[in-house]
Amino acid sequence: MLRFLGERAVNRVWRLGCASRFFLAVLVKSGAALSRFPLLLREIWFAGVLSLLIILVSGLFVGLVLGLQGYEILQRYGSAQALGTMVALSLLRELGPVVAALLFASRAGSAIAAEIGLMKATEQLKAMDMMAVDPVARVVAPRFWGGVLSMPILAMLFSSMGILGGWLIGVVFLGVDDGAFWSSMQASVDFRYDVWNGVFKSVIFGAAVSLIAVFEGYDSEPTAEGVSRAITRTVVTSALAILVLDFVLTSFMFRGML
Amino acid sequence: MSDDNFLVTVENLQFDYGGKPVLRGINMRIPKGRVVAIMGGSGCGKTTLLRLIGGQLRPTAGSVRVAGEAIDEMRHARLYAFRRRMGMLFQFGALFTDLSVFDNVAFPLREHTDLPEEMIRDLTLMKLQAVGLRGARDLMPNALSGGMARRVALARAMALDPALIMYDEPFTGLDPISLGVIGQLIRRLNDASGATSIMVTHDVQESLQMVDYIYFISEGRVAAEGAPEEVRASADPLVHQFVTAKANGPVPYHFPAPDMAADFLGAAHV
Repeated sequence: MLRFLGERAVNRVWRLGCASRFFLAVLVKSGAALSRFPLLLREIWFAGVLSLLIILVSGLFVGLVLGLQGYEILQRYGSAQALGTMVALSLLRELGPVVAALLFASRAGSAIAAEIGLMKATEQLKAMDMMAVDPVARVVAPRFWGGVLSMPILAMLFSSMGILGGWLIGVVFLGVDDGAFWSSMQASVDFRYDVWNGVFKSVIFGAAVSLIAVFEGYDSEPTAEGVSRAITRTVVTSALAILVLDFVLTSFMFRGML
Repeated sequence: MSDDNFLVTVENLQFDYGGKPVLRGINMRIPKGRVVAIMGGSGCGKTTLLRLIGGQLRPTAGSVRVAGEAIDEMRHARLYAFRRRMGMLFQFGALFTDLSVFDNVAFPLREHTDLPEEMIRDLTLMKLQAVGLRGARDLMPNALSGGMARRVALARAMALDPALIMYDEPFTGLDPISLGVIGQLIRRLNDASGATSIMVTHDVQESLQMVDYIYFISEGRVAAEGAPEEVRASADPLVHQFVTAKANGPVPYHFPAPDMAADFLGAAHV
């Protein structure tokens, strides 16, 4: 039993080491990905644009729920006009980056892992290597950067849709004053603390999810089960990484305000 | 023949996979301009041998020399420079599924040359014409039959006019017509381009018709070798088993098992 646990722990640490080395290799070989714009554009299309629908719709609904719950609670203290502050801060600081990243992991991360895993299983990566084209530079790096660049934009769009949803419920349906909603928001949202920290978080989440996805895909066993396991691991590991990283980042970012 | 006449020289090549020896000392010399087949049962290390020649694996011992240079000692950049002169056809083609037939064949040209797009178009269509698929340029790989995919992959492997072309089981899973077509194409393209071809296969009849020389691999060693007519006439039991497709011979039909009497009768008497 002890041996089993030890083996698993060693295995995990070993994989973490592999992933770190892989991360370095991706960074070193990013030249082509960043200088050949069409390559990058294609990946931004696949990771970013194709995730738009789920991000926008989810953002709207999260905003609607925040509006309802927030109004109900703030109402008890007679401060329903602070609804704008509440919705904006919770979205910009936490829900925007975190929920958008979780959705991104399940929509784009899984697709990236599946694509790279299938390319490996059908010997496409080996064929590329035999053609003297480095698969890490040609296949992996553009997908990594595509994810890193898409994530903050998706998170911002998520937050914007959420704020719109909160406004829709609060102002249009529940009768919070329109001016109070927006002015309380403008008065209490700080650009550097709230908006910028949220964007920074989503860049980190984007890098984490993209790295996990390309690593799991590239490292998958070249069989059908191997690929499906890689997809599952991508989503599970990404979700954990996002939530842990969020705690770490939050505790650094907002320490000064407590 | 002097050493200059051999494009590939393999000396005492050994390779272990996970501590288990796969190749135990292979020696072979592949002359320039010829089509050479490497044969053996499934899982005998034929494909491993190809990957060692291409530098995708490093040998445990021994050496692989291509055009006089040791592949196994090359660093990454040098190896990649060398691979531009090698083409490889993978077992099921390994076409890039997100690119059309045209873009697949144009891929090596676009990655390795600065040619203008019109010239890439002409070169690509010439390669496709050589395999009879100029009309299929706009199809995606999932719309191709097995034989067509193999031909597109062949056009792609030939795109940079390589000096050495390697084929990993080019006949697997093809109907007899496609199989004959691929066999003739390999021969014709090899002779027309002055390249050298190494083909890993277990299709004896097709190979005997088209290759210049055959190596038989068994248990990690070269068990027999010779030109097709020598192979047909060979009295070697292993070669005979292969050529006549007998189930039993030096290559056993049964996986190693305990004695039959002990296995069946022993249990009944417990």
